[in-house]
Amino acid sequence: MSLVPHSRAEERLFYVLAAVGGLVVAIGLAAALHMEHSGHVVTGMNNQVVWGMPHVFAIFLIVAASGVLNVASIGSVFGKTVYKKRAPLSGLLTLAMLAGGLFVLMLDLGRADRVIIAATHYNFTSVFAWNVFLYSGMFGIVAVYLWTLMERRMNPWSKPLGLTAFLWRLILTTGTGSIFGFLVARQAYQSAILAPMFIIMSFAWGLAVFLIVQATMFRWNQMTLHPTVLKRMKNLLGLFVAATLYFVAVYHLTNLYFARQASFEKFLLVDSEFAPMFWIGQVLIGGIVPLVLLYLPSLSMRCGSLMTAALLIVIGAFFTLYVFIIGGQAYPLELFPGMIVSSSFYDGQVAQYAPKLPEILLGLGGVGVAFLMTTVGVRVLKFLPEDDLTHLDQAAIHQGD
Amino acid sequence: MSHNDRRGFLAATAGLGLVAIAPGVHLMQVAQAQSQRAAGQPATKRQRWGMLIDTTKCAKGCDVCVSACATENGINETVADPRQASQWIRKIDIKDPQSDRQYSLPMMCQHCAEPPCVDVCPTGASMKRADGIVLVDRHICIGCRYCMMACPYKARSFVHQPLTQQNPEVPRGIGCVESCTLCVQRIDRGRLPACVEACPEKAMLFGDLEDPNSEIVRRAASAATTQVRADLKLNTGVRYQGI
Repeated sequence: MSLVPHSRAEERLFYVLAAVGGLVVAIGLAAALHMEHSGHVVTGMNNQVVWGMPHVFAIFLIVAASGVLNVASIGSVFGKTVYKKRAPLSGLLTLAMLAGGLFVLMLDLGRADRVIIAATHYNFTSVFAWNVFLYSGMFGIVAVYLWTLMERRMNPWSKPLGLTAFLWRLILTTGTGSIFGFLVARQAYQSAILAPMFIIMSFAWGLAVFLIVQATMFRWNQMTLHPTVLKRMKNLLGLFVAATLYFVAVYHLTNLYFARQASFEKFLLVDSEFAPMFWIGQVLIGGIVPLVLLYLPSLSMRCGSLMTAALLIVIGAFFTLYVFIIGGQAYPLELFPGMIVSSSFYDGQVAQYAPKLPEILLGLGGVGVAFLMTTVGVRVLKFLPEDDLTHLDQAAIHQGD
Repeated sequence: MSHNDRRGFLAATAGLGLVAIAPGVHLMQVAQAQSQRAAGQPATKRQRWGMLIDTTKCAKGCDVCVSACATENGINETVADPRQASQWIRKIDIKDPQSDRQYSLPMMCQHCAEPPCVDVCPTGASMKRADGIVLVDRHICIGCRYCMMACPYKARSFVHQPLTQQNPEVPRGIGCVESCTLCVQRIDRGRLPACVEACPEKAMLFGDLEDPNSEIVRRAASAATTQVRADLKLNTGVRYQGI
């Protein structure tokens, strides 16, 4: 493995970025400590909406962590040279985002001090318990995979390790989707489509994050993305976004067909605070606008369009998860279908949730962990994707690009 | 009083005392023979504790069962946001919009035979005792709230703040999930759950669903009973009449 030489200006910038990342992590830790000391009473979460903003952040980071590895998989498993060059950065981002997501998830626990119990007591019927294995396994496999990519003597092992990581990642995101898919109680969940939907969302969100990081690194190094690479990656991103929209449409159309789900769909898509978040945030910002940016001929071949589309996809991802997690809990449980019910525990009422500062800071702390790990990683080791430009030029001429 | 006199007085008092409490002790033994477990003996599958609630007797606006539960289990904290407060048992008022028929019933953990909360708990803190009571082991609950996502009855609460003034027999704690225990601390001594004992209308019947001679089984055999969300096939231990 080779260390990267740096100029003094770069060195200073690195320390500034690391300090900013460290500060965000420290603020996240302080928020977690406050929640641990005072209890979740300082958050907006309650006994009706039990999972809130921390879960939006954590699930985004974990799902995108799995998806970002797609770049490496296309290189190692499917042998595409352009993606092979990007495999190490893809692996690093997976580790960083997974760590960030788990940071949030574990520190949000009511008894974060007892988190070790999750590793000593297993209930094998629990999707959460499966995920404990899937997440820790993912760390191990991707770490070894990175070693095989970056250590020349280990290179021959990168293909089998890449395949293992690819399969593991598919199972991991199936597990994350199934956290909700296996919940029989609530109308928003209990659906087998959630597992593949989470996988396809992970592809889109992960690639978007990868492109943002790659663009930042290229700018730092005064490099520009080769048009052939730009075209390939934007087309792939567009495909993932379109597929995500397809899954979302199928999920809601299936629900709309069932009379028992009609009122839930009306609530989510028309009658609640979640309706504008769905239509504007999830569908428009996270889906349609990026598709226009990626496929409209006058816009699509600009680096700026790709970067904007990627940023919008990430923003859309947060709307998607907010609508899915909070909206899904806000709709009242139907204990007595068809009846009008009321109680002191808010039966029959739409649950209220307003996130408070500590839970938002904890979520941002997770992003900080991912940022800090990535910043240190790209500083210390050689993660910058370096394309063989002559080869790419020849390929472009050959394809008539 | 001489030494002998004192001894005689004490013996006579003890004898009288024995005579006075003997019938009570005998009655307690009869009652306990039905339900109390000897200390150190584990719960067994020979029993399945359950409840039958007659909603036709349950008055709207009456929440004696809720107060009795709070007193017994030490649920006495003040929470600024009522949405963050624990509710082990609550009264639900129900109205049929077609017929305008109204009724009221207590809702709590339904002590399912196939509890979703137990299925999803990552550490096994949510557990079902052999006699059917669904409980949370406070020592290994990590406060992930997945069980609350999974419960179709909204029967579980998360403790959002530090607690004081607890009932030593009913441990509760910040950061853990909790719900109706069927007053397990009373059942194990052969007593009724607090809500059942307190109900002024005797609308709540507690008993052993495995005992063919118990009143609860006899009543369930003679009257139509309903499980809430029977479509989920969770086989609830709490059943209702009149809904």
